This record gives sequence, structure tokens and C-alpha cells, in this order.
Amino acid sequence: MASNKKYWQSVDELKDGSIVETLRNKEFVQDIPTDEFLGDKETLENSSTSRRDFLKYVGFTTAAASLAACEGPVRKSIPYVVQPNDLIVGVADWYATTVADGFDFANVLVKTREGRPIQIMPNKEAGGVTNTRTQASVLSLYDEKLRVKEPRKGTSKISWEEADKEIIAKLESFKNTNQSVVLLTGTLASPSTEKVVQDFIAKYPNVKHVIYDAVSESASIEAFKAMYGKRALPNYDFSKAGVIASIGADILGDWQGGYEKSYTDGRKPETGKMSYHVQIESNMSLTGANADKRLVAKPSEQVYALINLYNTITGSNLASKKTTLDTEVKDLAKALRKAGSKGVVVTGLNDVNAQLITLAINKALQSEVIDTENVNLLRQGSDAQVMKFLSNLNSGKVKGVIAYNVNPAYSLTGFTEAIKKADLSVAISTQDDATANTTQYTLPAPHSLESWGDVMAVSGTYSLVQPTIAPLFNSRQIQDVLLKWSGSTKNYYDTLKEFWSTNVLNGASWNKALHDGFFKSNSSVEIVEGGEEETTEENEELVVDINKAGSALLATTKASDFELTLYTSTALGDGKQANNPWLQEFPDPITRASWDNYLTVSMADAKKLGFENPIKDNGAINGNYAKVTVNGTSVTVPVIIQPGQAIGSLGLALGYGRTQGLKEEMKVGVNAFPLYANRNNVQYNVSIENVGGTHKFACVQVQNTLAGRHDILREASLKEVNDKSLDPKHTWNKPFMVSYDHQEVEGSTIDLWADHNREIGHHFNLSIDLTSCTGCGACVVACHAENNVPVVGKHEVRVGRDMHWLRIDRYYSSTIEDKQYDEGVAMTMEEFKAQNPNLANQEVERRYTEKVLELSKGDLFDALENPAENPEVTFQPMMCQHCNHAPCETVCPVAATTHGRQGQNQMTYNRCVGTRYCANNCPYRVRRFNWFNYSENSEFDFNMNNDYGKMVLNPDVVVRGRGVMEKCSMCIQMTQATILKAKKEGRAVNKDEFQTACSQSCSTGAIVFGDVNNAEDTVTQLKEDRRAFHVLDYIGTKPNVVYQVKVRNTNEA
Amino acid sequence: MSSHYESSYREPLILGDKSYHDITEDIARPIEGKANKNWYIAFYIALAAMLWGFGCIFYTVGTGIGVWGLNKNIGWAWDITNFVWWVGIGHAGTLISAVLLLFRQKWRMAINRSAEAMTIFAVFQAGLFPIIHMGRPWNAYWVLPIPNQFGPLWVNFNSPLLWDVFAISTYLSVSLVFWWTGLLPDFATIRDRAVKPFQKKIYALLSFGWSGRAKDWQRFEEVSLVLAGLATPLVLSVHTIVSFDFATSVNPGWHSTIFPPYFVAGAIFSGFAMVQTLLGVMRKVTNMEAYITRLHVEYMNIVIILTGGIVAVAYATEFFIAWYTGSPYENYTYLSFGAEAGAYGWAFWSLMIFNIIIPQILWIKKLRRSFIVSFLVSIAINIGMWFERFDIIAIVLSKGQLPSTWSRFEPTFVDVGIFIGTIGFFFVLFLLYARTFPVIPTAEIKTILKSSGENFKKLREENNEH
Repeated sequence: MASNKKYWQSVDELKDGSIVETLRNKEFVQDIPTDEFLGDKETLENSSTSRRDFLKYVGFTTAAASLAACEGPVRKSIPYVVQPNDLIVGVADWYATTVADGFDFANVLVKTREGRPIQIMPNKEAGGVTNTRTQASVLSLYDEKLRVKEPRKGTSKISWEEADKEIIAKLESFKNTNQSVVLLTGTLASPSTEKVVQDFIAKYPNVKHVIYDAVSESASIEAFKAMYGKRALPNYDFSKAGVIASIGADILGDWQGGYEKSYTDGRKPETGKMSYHVQIESNMSLTGANADKRLVAKPSEQVYALINLYNTITGSNLASKKTTLDTEVKDLAKALRKAGSKGVVVTGLNDVNAQLITLAINKALQSEVIDTENVNLLRQGSDAQVMKFLSNLNSGKVKGVIAYNVNPAYSLTGFTEAIKKADLSVAISTQDDATANTTQYTLPAPHSLESWGDVMAVSGTYSLVQPTIAPLFNSRQIQDVLLKWSGSTKNYYDTLKEFWSTNVLNGASWNKALHDGFFKSNSSVEIVEGGEEETTEENEELVVDINKAGSALLATTKASDFELTLYTSTALGDGKQANNPWLQEFPDPITRASWDNYLTVSMADAKKLGFENPIKDNGAINGNYAKVTVNGTSVTVPVIIQPGQAIGSLGLALGYGRTQGLKEEMKVGVNAFPLYANRNNVQYNVSIENVGGTHKFACVQVQNTLAGRHDILREASLKEVNDKSLDPKHTWNKPFMVSYDHQEVEGSTIDLWADHNREIGHHFNLSIDLTSCTGCGACVVACHAENNVPVVGKHEVRVGRDMHWLRIDRYYSSTIEDKQYDEGVAMTMEEFKAQNPNLANQEVERRYTEKVLELSKGDLFDALENPAENPEVTFQPMMCQHCNHAPCETVCPVAATTHGRQGQNQMTYNRCVGTRYCANNCPYRVRRFNWFNYSENSEFDFNMNNDYGKMVLNPDVVVRGRGVMEKCSMCIQMTQATILKAKKEGRAVNKDEFQTACSQSCSTGAIVFGDVNNAEDTVTQLKEDRRAFHVLDYIGTKPNVVYQVKVRNTNEA
Repeated sequence: MSSHYESSYREPLILGDKSYHDITEDIARPIEGKANKNWYIAFYIALAAMLWGFGCIFYTVGTGIGVWGLNKNIGWAWDITNFVWWVGIGHAGTLISAVLLLFRQKWRMAINRSAEAMTIFAVFQAGLFPIIHMGRPWNAYWVLPIPNQFGPLWVNFNSPLLWDVFAISTYLSVSLVFWWTGLLPDFATIRDRAVKPFQKKIYALLSFGWSGRAKDWQRFEEVSLVLAGLATPLVLSVHTIVSFDFATSVNPGWHSTIFPPYFVAGAIFSGFAMVQTLLGVMRKVTNMEAYITRLHVEYMNIVIILTGGIVAVAYATEFFIAWYTGSPYENYTYLSFGAEAGAYGWAFWSLMIFNIIIPQILWIKKLRRSFIVSFLVSIAINIGMWFERFDIIAIVLSKGQLPSTWSRFEPTFVDVGIFIGTIGFFFVLFLLYARTFPVIPTAEIKTILKSSGENFKKLREENNEH
């Protein structure tokens, strides 16, 4: 408020206005006698201020000013004035809660320090599985750029009260005129929220709840409903499976929520049994990479293969077409029939008929892997409803829209125009995204780490969501909003508690359930999906007539030159966390490219269309752009040539290309949702054109194969591992041998160095099972969070300066097929195998290479360096190996890296002068150098450059400055905390109590950490396991990280 | 020293009709006269390059090593390449002044002053890199075993980098003392000839009060011999220790027992090449044609052929052994088929052509006695030896043991700028030296005038004195 008050210096001034005028014109009331002073030479000379004095004053003031300027920056750290009773500063608190953002659901444990959540780990007791995005969601909590901070009407601030008043008034008027209002949410899978929504609908019967999944599983749901009468997804327990046939279903990725836990549970070689997994797919997915047998087929061929599989298994005769895979499909059918109820078929084709056929096959097999009773509720969206809502919105039938944490303005073509026609549009949103910027009202919703709630992922299993931090912004949960708008005086917390005590707990303790984070109940509350009746009406003609389904499927399958499969990437999923620097910097497990999405094209098609991925002189990869057109919609995307991509197929990840509200650096990639026509992940009749140009990729790995160095990553078949008569040391797990005293002995027995004394104290080891590791990368993000690993941005990753302490190397098997055809030597590896049936599996590749070399006189290096057309894929997590004889330790001139008593190779940042010799001498290349200052540097404007983002930093781990080396510490802060805890409680450390961030985050149990001086710890046995080996054992570094040979079930058929 | 007369069949080491006084005049002329335009042009170019290099160094220290082209897999590239290159160049000085002194090679007298100056200036450049390549150069003094208050912190005597610190600093100090000792009588000559009081004062200080008494000369000779004895092992030790930076590591291609002798030979090879380059220009510019003759050039070329031969054999051995092991880890070392076929094939071939193939023309007597050919070959060797170090460092690091870590290096303008800056710095020092220091040891060369001077030989010939 501007004030019009006037102040006078004196009464005179008030009386005589002219003085004010004088003052205004003249700064000094009295004349300053400058002329008198400077004009008169004599006075000037007599002046007591000599030239020397003048210089003194100037000198003093300059010195004083520069000294004052030298003061260090003031950092405020505010101690507790009154410390909360239940909080000990420096000791972490863990809370069990659930992350549920509509795409990712997980039972998690949240680590909080002094009231700040800093780390998310899977709640293994609850069967929780965290992927990269769940792990990273703790950083999205502190996303000061993208989060909605205050309620807004248009662009102006509004208070919650005003917003309530205005919106309720509108809702009332709609109710009175019976105008339709839609509540648009993602899959909530929350029984209590469903109740709140129902109450809201009871109050406003004109409201309809529409569930919108950005990436749809609608077809599976419809198919399941048609066959089993329930709108849900079947639940799978792959640990029971003997044979898994997946046709384009990324079961280790995001398909129906992901199944990596039960999948790997069924593939433990030490039990002697592994499921036999055949993957038929077009894109190289994480699942395909892990499969025992991977067959490439473009989507239309997948459809034919599915029908053929159905025909062979059930003996039916549905119309189909021949494919190149027919013999393999026959073999697969045979294997499935043999497995019987242990067999299962899944498909990722988002087509009701394909899903029906799949369900029919499983029914025919009487598969026990598929659970149709306790169903999967993680995807509930209905495409039909969404499309109907959109057309109603366009036609003006829907007058009001309340969108909650969905971003259709980004992911649903036509929404942005349609929403403008609504009389009332409200976005209740955590993120200030495109949708929140198209609506009239934007109301901040809390992050799930700030909220209460519950989740039922599988019917009968309840999980609780509890806040782990007070809301950072002026947000209100949707449930509270809806309760308020329904006129209820209760808050959501009370509602939730009441709902649980009446419907869920059955007399059990609420506190216990809250403590555990989950509750298993025998009775399950039926979740009522919004507008179920309508869908049934629309789909009434759909009866379970597989013949009809088959012909319908065949009719809709339009085999074409190029077919596009849209997928969700491991890093970004549906794109909800596109502003999360950890996820953007996370390299894709397959292509190992970060900060991008891209079109994956097969090697043959790339050759035909002229696409190239040259490696530039700085070690980075470039690419060309392709213009992809689907149904008249075109996007221009960079191309990556993907080994294992089916010829004639293309792949493109959804979730990228968001711009609204994102930081400049995060605006990467291309939005693929415009190509997501009919919300189908498969698009036929795609045209592609090479438009040239240069795209700069940020790949962390450019060499794709092992280049003949097979002892780095040892592989064996299940048959070999099961054959106890074989001595692994002479067959499938050969250690490095040397001649000593004319005898061949293991290299590790010869030693130049004195051993460290390991008799007392702990001796930590880490075991990594290459069979169980799916390459999902959750550990990479967990390590990021635990160890304050900096994010460096796209350009720096591109030039090979990513800071990941833990990376997952991916290798393709190599071949020389190209050469071979050039030289007219036509023999595939399969043929070679057939010719030499006695060769051990591991030998085949090498011998084949030699053979073809001999035949083609080809170039050895091309042959070893280039991946096969459909390569086998292996993953190898790689971090500091904590060598007992570490090459880095001997070369540091200032002894900044030394060996710890407990087996760690320790890095003393303070002592490091940054010669980088240690990194050069590390055969595993796991050391990371701070090329720049990565924290508080506007050039690296990521989470360490703002006050909110810095809240995620782990106070136990120092943030490294410029010019020092850093690397995996084996989470020494965690092991020390464990030791101190045991000490305080006056006990020995329990079995398997020691954990690192990676071992804790690994849902499949591939990474096991422990103390080998404790005979009970799991890792002690693993270290001596038949499958155990050390990477690069020939150097004699004696690492404390031990790997378990990768086993594939290649023999069972 | 020179009590006997040299055979007249031997070519004279001093051409023309020179008297003792002529020698003094010839050598003092560049110091007492005015510099010509060419000197100023060369000096300002060198100065500009030096300042540009200093700018790049400040930028690096102020911003971070990230301004170079290094990455997570390639922790060294141009920095250590330049370091080893400059150290290698520095090698010829000691060899010429110490080893050839002990072997009583008189021809060294024409070139040893400049060769030693080159050594010292080259070691200055070399010494820069280990400091500026550090992530935190302000802590560079931590590599010195000085008593400290950081707690029980001490340097790591296992580290070859630490040995480097000792080797380079010893080498620099011994070379500097040796060089200065030789300069004392010559500074005294300049002092005595100086007419300007300021100049006189300066040279008086530099000559440490040399009086020219017999005792001075006796001590001078003794010290020279003792220092030569001390410096001789340094010829071997310095580059041996530099090679340990690589040889003691576990990287295939670095981890090689052949490195110490091969590095020493390579260093002498490159050092003589640099002497050829510098003297080829200097004899013209300072009119020293009478003292630096075809014979000197030929002798140096013979050393180049010898050391170049050792280097070639070392390459062949490395190449053969890498192949012979059959180890897949040796497929891509800097001397292997993999390197030849890979992304750095051009660097591999640069090394082969400049270091092995081009120097072979020196087998032809006519060519090795040609000033211009020697000059061009020496430039080629300088380039080739730079590539040798670049190949060793960049190619080996670019192909780590885990294929997932394979990478490439591309220099940034800062990498290039610092290298150019050191060349500028080197020439600034050398050009200043050529104008202020007696570039040929005046007193020493006078000792061979009568035995190996052209006019004296002629005189003896005429008088049939053999």
C-alpha cells in the first residue's frame, strides 16, 4: 500500500514551500566551497593533506575494501533449539511407506536424517521392489523448479480457502444443472481414496471418475474381464515357471508393473533349476537381454507367432501366416506343453485379441504361474473411457475437469485444445507441468513422501503411505481436497484410519501395520472402478470366442515395411520424473545412452537407410535424424543402431521431450506420445526417412563387445553348472593359471606382496551374481543418493566424464557375420554349433570366430569389436573392486588412497592432489575425477546447486570438491553405523546385517554384501562358491568384490 | 689438456684462420653487439606463445582440469606426453657435457654449452606439467617429504611419481651447477671486456669473482670432472625413472621391462635431434659456422642413428611380444595390430614414419653431412618422439582392460595452448640466453685450437709435422 504521508524536517519547511523546491534541486543545503578550495593555488598548497597522505588514504581504503571482500561466504546452519525427543542428530530414522505415482508402485523404506528423507530402499519384508525411478523419487520431492508451490488461479496466486469457495460454487452449479464433471486420475490403486472418491461422487452425482494411464494396459484388462469377469490384470508368479514364453512383454521392465523379483527367484542356478525363458520381441528390451533364447520378430510377426503358438499348443487351426520363426515357435510350443502347468505365455501386444489368445494358451496349459484370483491392480486405466472423455470434452458434454497428477496435456493428443472448452478445469498436481498450466486452477498436491494413503497393488495385500517430511510447499492431498469439497469436516488421515479399522485391519494393530508399511489380509475390498457399467456395455459383443479373436487379430495386424514399438525406458518410464537429474543421467541399460530418447533401428535397416553412429575423436557417439511418420503424424528423432532389433521394426521410448516447467538441461529427447495412436504401443504402416543432421549422444560405453576377453565375464550353461562331475576350475570357470616350479598353479597363489592381516575385525566382501542381475540399474541410483554422487549433465557424460561410482557394463556377443557374407562364407554360428556338437558352449564363439576368420581372412579386430545382429547380452555391475593388492594404492605419490583394515580401498579426498595416476592404473577404471566443481556451480545447475536439492544430500558423506579423485567406498559410512549400532546394543553384528546401498537396493538379491570373517554371513559361502570368480584375476589384484558366473538355461528345450 | 696434436687426416673442429683473440671476439660478438630484426621477431613470437600458454594455465588452474580433453578413462594425455617429451629433450645436454667429457670427445666443446642450456630450459618446461596436471596444484608441495603438521602424513615412497619428483629436481640442480661452473671463466671474459659499468657489474656477479689464477683453473678442472662423474648416472636414471611411471603400472602396453633402456635411448635420440634443430639455426644467426661444422653435425647424426636404432629394436620387440603372448589384453597396446588398425592408426603411423623411417636416410654419408637435411630430419624426430609418448599414453589408456572403458581423447584449445606456451617459454629462454651468454665455451674451445684448428693443421701440413 503506497502511503501519501509527507514528512517535514521542520516547521519552517511546512510553512515555506520554497525550501522544499530548493532542496529538491540541490543536494547540499549549503554551498560546498570547491571553487574556493581548488581554485586558489595557495590554499591548495597549504592544505595539510599532502600527496603522500592522499596515497596513504587511497592505499588504506583499497586494502580495507579488498580485505572486507575476502570474507568467506556465510553458511547458515541452524541447530535445534529444542531437540525433538524421538530424534537423535546423526542417527537416521527409517519409515516404511509406499511410493505410488500412478506408474510406479513400491513398498519402500525411507531413510530420513534430521527430518529430511534422503534415501529410498525396497521394503523387502513387504516384497518391495524398487526400480530406478522409485529410488530417484526422493529427489523429485525436492524439485523446487517443477513442483507446484502455491494454489493458483490462472497465473495469479489464490488462497486455498478462496479456491475451495470458488470451485465448490462451480461444482454446485454443475450439479444443479446436471452438467458432467470428470475426475481424471491415474491408477490410484488406493482403497481408501476410492472410498473418498465415491463419497465425492455421492455428493456430486454428476462427477465421473476416469482413470487415465499415460501408458496403457487397457487391452490386457479388457481381455481379462472378458475371460474372468473382473477389470484387472492377472498376477504372475514367475518363480513357479518352468518355461516362460514372452512375446514382446517386457516383464523385467515396466510391463504391468514389472516382475523382476519373481522372475529371478525362479532362476537361481544353485537350486539346480532355472526357468527356460524365450523372448520373441522387436526392440532389444531388458527382458530380451536376460532371456535364454531371444528371437527377433517385428510386431506383425509376433502376432503370427502368437497365433501359431496357440495353434500348436491347443491343436487348433486359427488362421495365421508363416513366419521365419516357425520352427522355433514349434520348439517353444513343445517345451511349453512339456512344462504343462509350469509353462506360461505373456505378451506385451496391447491388443485385446492378442491378450485373449495368450490367456487362452495359459488356460490350456493350466498354468499355475498366472494368478487370476489375487489380481494385479497396478493398471486400471480404460482407453475407451479416456477416448470417450476426450470426445465429450471436445463436444462440450463434459463441463468440468478435475485432473489429479496426470499430464494429458503432454501425453494425450488433443487434450490441450479440448480442455480450453471446459467451464471449470482444475489441476491438483505435484508438478507444475503442461496440464497444470492449461487449467484454470492449479492446486499443489504433496509428493507421496509428504502424504498419507494406502495402496492395494495385488488384491489382498495392503500397503500404507505415510509422510516422512512435513509438506515443503503449501500443498493439500487430493483426498483432503475432495473431502473438503464434499462438505466433510473430517480430514483424510482420520478417514484413512477409520477405513482401515473397519475394512482392512480386522482388529489388528494400526501402529503395527504402519510400522511394517503393509498388511496382508485374507479378505479383499473390491475396488470399484469408475464407470464400470459403461465399459461393459460397450464391450458387450466381446465374447470369449478365440476363433473370432484370432481372425480379428489377424485383420487388425497390418504387416508393413516398418513397424514401430513404443516402449518406456528404464530411466524415465512414462516421463513423470523427467525433471529428475539422477534419472536423466542414468544410462539406459541396453544402449547405455543417457539424457535422450532415440529411434532404435536394426543394423540391416540402418545400412539400407544410411544411418550411422560414428564414434567421434572425443570418444562420443553421434547419430543422424530420422523422420518417422505414423498416421500422418511425424516426429524427427535421432537414431541409434541397435543390435538385436528386428529388421523392419523400430523402437522409440515414451516419456521424453517434456518441456513445460523443466530445467533447460532436462528438456531433452522427443515426445513420442503423438505417435501413440489409439493408445497402442504397436504402430503399423510407419514410414521412415533419413533426414541427416548430426545428433550428439551421451553414451557412457562405446565399445559394445568383450573383444575376445571372455574371462572378464564368464558364462556357463545350466547343464554345465548342474553337472557336479565337472570341476569348474578346469571347465566353465577357469581361473588364471601360471607355471610355478614347473607346475601349473592358480595365479592367485603366486604373490609378490605380503598379505594384509585379516585375522581380527571385519573383512568386507561383495558378491555379484551375474545370473540374478537383470541390469535394471536401481543400484546405480541408490549409489547416487547414498554417496552424493554429482550429476554432470549431458555434455560431460558425452565426453566421458560421468561420475557414477557404480556402473553396469553391458556387453553384446560379437560376430563377423557381415564380413562373412561379404566374403561369401555363409555359415552362421548355429550352423557351426551343429557341425561341432562336442564343443563346450563357451568355446563355440571363439572357435567359430577363428573358423570364420580362417575362411574369410577377415579382420580380427572388426570381428571381435562388432556386435552380432542378434547378440546375447550380458550385464556386469562394476564398481571399485577393493583390491587387496590395489594398483591404485602403490602409485599415489601422497598416499591419498590406502588400504583399510576391513578390506576397503579407501580414498582420502582431503589428501588427494589429483594426479589421476590411480585412475590410469585401475584396471577396472572405476575411479572418477572431479573435473570441475560440481556443487554450488551454476554451470552444473542440478540438485547440488539449490537449497532444496541439497536437502537430499547424505550428511554422512562429504561432497567432494574440484580436483580430487573419488570412487566407491563400499559404503563405509553404512558399515561403520552398523558396527556402532551393534556396539551400543552390546552385541555382535548379526548375520547379514552389513549392507551397502547397492546390496540394499537390489531387489533380485544379485548383490550380496557381508563380512567374510563371519562364517555365517551369506557372502562367506558365496566367496567360495563354484561360480565365484574375480574379474581380471590375471593381474593379481585380489579383489574383495567377487562375481558369480552368469548361467543361462540354454540346454533345456 | 690437449698435449698432443691431432692427425691431419682428421677433419678440423675449428674452421678458418682463427686466433685465440678471434675466438673471443666471435663468441662475445652476439653479447656485446645489438640484436638484429630477426631476433626481435623470433623473440616476440615466442613471447606471445608463452603468454598465451600462461593464460591457458591460469584458466586451467582457475576452472578445473575439465577444460582439457581428458575423461574418466583417459586421465593423462597431452600433459604427461609433453612432460616426457620435454624431459627427453633435456637428455642430450647431460650426455654431451658429462659422458662425452669423460670420454674426452673434443667435438662436444662446440655444442655443450647450448646443449646444457637446452637441457635446463627443457626441464623447466617439463617440470611445469607434473604441477599443472594436478587437480589441486596449490597442494603440489605435498609430494615433497617435508615435515608437516597434517598428522602422520608422509609421501608414498612406492609411487613412481614421487621418484619423478626426486629425479627431476636432482637432474635440474646438477645440470644447473654443471652448466654454471663451465660458464664461470667465460663470464669472466665478458666481464673483463665489458665497457658499460652495469654490464660489468652483472657479469662480475655471474662469474663469482673468477680471477683466472692457476688455482682457479685447477679447481675448475677438478669440479668439472667430479660433476661429470655425478651427472653421468643421471643420464640413465632420469628417464629410467620417468619410464617407471609406465613400467610399474598394470596396464598392458605400459607394464614392460624393456621401458627403462628404451626410454633412455629414446630420450638421447630426441635430445640430439633438438640440439640439431637449435644449432642448425644458431650457427647461422650468431655466425658460429667456424665452430659448429659439418663434422659436428655428422657426429650428432651418428648418435641419432645409434639411439634411433635402439628405439627401433625396442618397438619391434614390443610389437612382437604383444603379439606373441596371445593375450587378448595385448591386442591393442600402442605397438600392436589393434593400434595400427584402430582409431589411432594415424598416430601409430606418425610414430613409425617420423621415428623409424625418416632417420634411416642418415645412413647416407652425404645426407648426414648436409645441414639442411639434418635440420629437417631433426624436426621429424622431434615430432616422432612426441608421438611416441602420445601413443604410449593415449592409445594404451584409450583401450583399457575392460572393453566397456574404451574411449578416445581429443585435445581442447587449452591442451594445445599450454603445449604451444611451453614451446614459447622455451624459446624465450633460449633466445635470451643466446644474447647474454657465451654460447660456446670460449675458454675450453681455445684448448683445441692448436690441435684441431684448420689453420694450425694446415700449418703443420705445410711443415710436415704429423
